[in-house]
Formats: sequence, C-alpha cells, structure tokens
Amino acid sequence: MLDLKLYILQRATALAMAPFMVAHLAVMIYAVQGGLSASEILGRTQGSVGWALFYGLFVLAASIHGSIGVRVIASEWLGLKRGPAGIVMATVFLVLLTMGARAVWAVTMG
Amino acid sequence: MGRDDGMIRPHRSHPLWYAYILHRVSGLGLAVFLPGHFYVLGLALTDQAALDGFLSWTDQTIVKVAEYGLVFLLGTHFFGGLRILALEFLPWSPRQKTFVAASVVLAFCVSTTFFLSAR
Amino acid sequence: MATAGKLMDVSVWRADGKREGFDAFQVPRQESQTILDVVTWIQQNADPSLAYRFSCRVGMCGSCAMMVNGQPRWTCRTHVQKVLKDNQLKIAPLRNLPVIRDLVTDMTEFFDKWVAAEGVFHGTKTRDEPMAPINHESPERIEASAAIECINCAVCYAACDVVANNPDYLGPAALNRAWALVNDVRDGADSARLDAVSGSGGCHNCHSMGNCMQFCPNELNPTASIAGLKRATVKAFFGRGG
Repeated sequence: MLDLKLYILQRATALAMAPFMVAHLAVMIYAVQGGLSASEILGRTQGSVGWALFYGLFVLAASIHGSIGVRVIASEWLGLKRGPAGIVMATVFLVLLTMGARAVWAVTMG
Repeated sequence: MGRDDGMIRPHRSHPLWYAYILHRVSGLGLAVFLPGHFYVLGLALTDQAALDGFLSWTDQTIVKVAEYGLVFLLGTHFFGGLRILALEFLPWSPRQKTFVAASVVLAFCVSTTFFLSAR
Repeated sequence: MATAGKLMDVSVWRADGKREGFDAFQVPRQESQTILDVVTWIQQNADPSLAYRFSCRVGMCGSCAMMVNGQPRWTCRTHVQKVLKDNQLKIAPLRNLPVIRDLVTDMTEFFDKWVAAEGVFHGTKTRDEPMAPINHESPERIEASAAIECINCAVCYAACDVVANNPDYLGPAALNRAWALVNDVRDGADSARLDAVSGSGGCHNCHSMGNCMQFCPNELNPTASIAGLKRATVKAFFGRGG
C-alpha cells in the first residue's frame, strides 16, 4: 500500500529520528538513575527552548512515521482499502501530534 | 479446511522473517504506547501530584521489568530500522543474518543498561 | 536400503469446482524418489483424475512448483527423503494463486504483474545498427546478470507474505525482472519502468522478509533487486527536483 511518496516520508523521518533516538535513550539512562520525580524532570526541561525544539521535532517525526506504519499494518493485516486506511493514518497522526505537542508544552513551557 | 491451513508456518522460520515480524510488532507496540506516554507527561501541566504519584508507582520492580521490555522493543525497532535503511540504501551485503543478530544484541544491551540504571 | 517398499501417507489437495479438500493416499517409498515421482505414481496407480503440471522433470522449466509440507518447491528437485516427516507428506498447489483444479494454479496474475512492472524489454536500436557492445564487468551488467536467470516458476510469489497480504503487490519475480532491465543499458524504458514500480503495488511495499531469496530454486535474490529498485526510484525522485 506504500507508494513512492509515503515510502520516502517513512524512511526520511526514520533517518531524521536516529539522532533523536540516541539522545533520548542516553537521557533516559541518565535520568532514571536514583529514581524519577516530576520536580527532577521538570527542573531540567522547564523554560528550555532547546528541549522544546528537540522534543517538538521528535514528536512531529514520530507522528508522521508512526501513522504511515500503522496504515501499512491496517491494509496488510486488516485488509483495509485505500480510503479507510487513509482515515486510520490521519487519525493516528493527529492523536500522536496533538498529545505529543501537549506533552512537549507541558514539560517545557507549561 | 483451506489449502493453506497449517501450511503457513514452515516457510517463515528464518532470521529475516523473524526480523520483519519483530519490527512490525515493536512498531505497533510503540504506536500504542506513545499516547499513554504523552498523556502522563501532559500531567505536568494539569496535575503534578498525579505525575509524581505515577512516577513513584513506576518504582516497583514489576513496572521496571515492563519498562525493560518496552525499551527492548524500542531498541529492536530502532536498530532494526537502521538495518533496514542499510539494506535498502547501501550496496547489498551477504551478511544480512549477522545484521539481524547484531540489531537484537544491541537492543538487548541498551535495555539491560537502562534496567540496571534504574535503581 | 530398508525404506523401499514401505508405504507413505500422502495428503494431496483436490479441488474440482464441486468440492475441495485433502485426499489421503498410500504411496510406496522408493530409492531416490522425488515428490514429482509421488504425484505421478498417484495419478498413474491410484487416481487418474488428479491434475498437476510438470514438463522437463529435471529442474530447468519450473512448471512443477507446488507447496510441499508448507514450503514452495520444485517437486522434481525435492527428494522425498529430505522432506518426509513422520512418514507423511502434504502436497498442495502454490500459495497466493487461484486454483484451476487440484494442484494446478492459474498463473495469469503472475504474468500480468510481470508486464505491469515493465518487465518487458524495450529496444532502442534496429537490426541495421551494429550490436550494442556490453561490458560484462561493468557494475550494471553484473547486477543484470545476477537477476537474469528467472524462469517464472512463481515459487517466490508463493513464498511472499506481502503478496499474500496485498493483492496489488507486483511480487518478487516481476520486480526482480524490472531491476534486471533497469540495469540493461540497451533498454530505453527507464523512467516508465521506475514509474511502474512506484505505485501502490510497487517495490516500496517489500518488507525485506526474504522468503523469496530463501526459496528461489535458481538462487536469485529478489530482496536485493527490490532494494536496488528502491534506491533507483528515490534517486530519480530527487534527481528530477523532487
């Protein structure tokens, strides 16, 4: 069900996320030591434009990448045709983007 | 009984097929996990006490084991994805099975490091 | 050997428009016996109504391809002693293709997809011009030669799970041929071919699960060919200005 344009978008967002992934894993391994707390996390991220940009772009790329992936699964495993599969993709995209953007806002600017 | 019943499994038992199914399952798992992850982080906006409550709930060993699994899935999807990008955009290498094994091992290393860091 | 003369339990898929299902046969075991020998024995000694395809019976034509114990294989090149399990065999028509009768599949869609992928040579010279000088050591010719030996047996098509899940998917054989022609410097249809393999059934649907490469009796590698098509289509996309 993937044509050239969706494929390029999928692979490009995958590649774009590679450095974000490495950074996120490193931060998580660092942050989880000694236990997690809201104040500790927010102490690092609050007011930071840098973290907002970092996680904002990460969320955007993940929303595109994930929604295309779920579309493929919907068409191959649930047999959805082009129209319904497109609706599934758009829904997943919007859910991930809005909830992700809200989360980024919550920990950086909120 | 269809002509394919019980016939599907044998042709799939090789490393590259397992890599495909692992990549698909981990991707689906991540897509399901992320909204929950985003919701919890969003609590920083509306209900910091709930966020703290949730974070201390995650201190339990059983949750840490679940997180281990989650980070492992993330790792296999990430390293497996790099493997796929290499397969598609770099010249063909006959060592595809080695790359599959390497991506699983790397994912295991990362998730174990995470688990051991979480004291 | 003590195996000759023993009877094997063989299940064979039957379909004649009225009923469908596996029929059970008891077939004598022989030395150096192939699955094609087993099917032929059944038709000649047990049930003359059994329909199946074969031609060369020496592993050159690909006509005898069937599902043997769940795996797509050439039956003339599959020795019973290699696949016999608990004295049982299960023989069915190739997966992912409609069945005409019993073990005979309708290969029409397989060949239609071959054409749809532009697996067709488009010459650019006339017979009055000199022959094209092809350098066999050039990178393109090495790629084309590696992919050229496909005899359209459809084993890869039967093995592929994307073919099973996506009716539009052109399939490993058609795409492998498209790649061979992309690398053929004598062919003039490059941009049409790249377009042909970029639709909703195109090369970008391949998940590199490698069943095709695993089962191709000619040891071809459609997974690698399809990866090549992905590179070629992406290059063309950005080359044309995106």
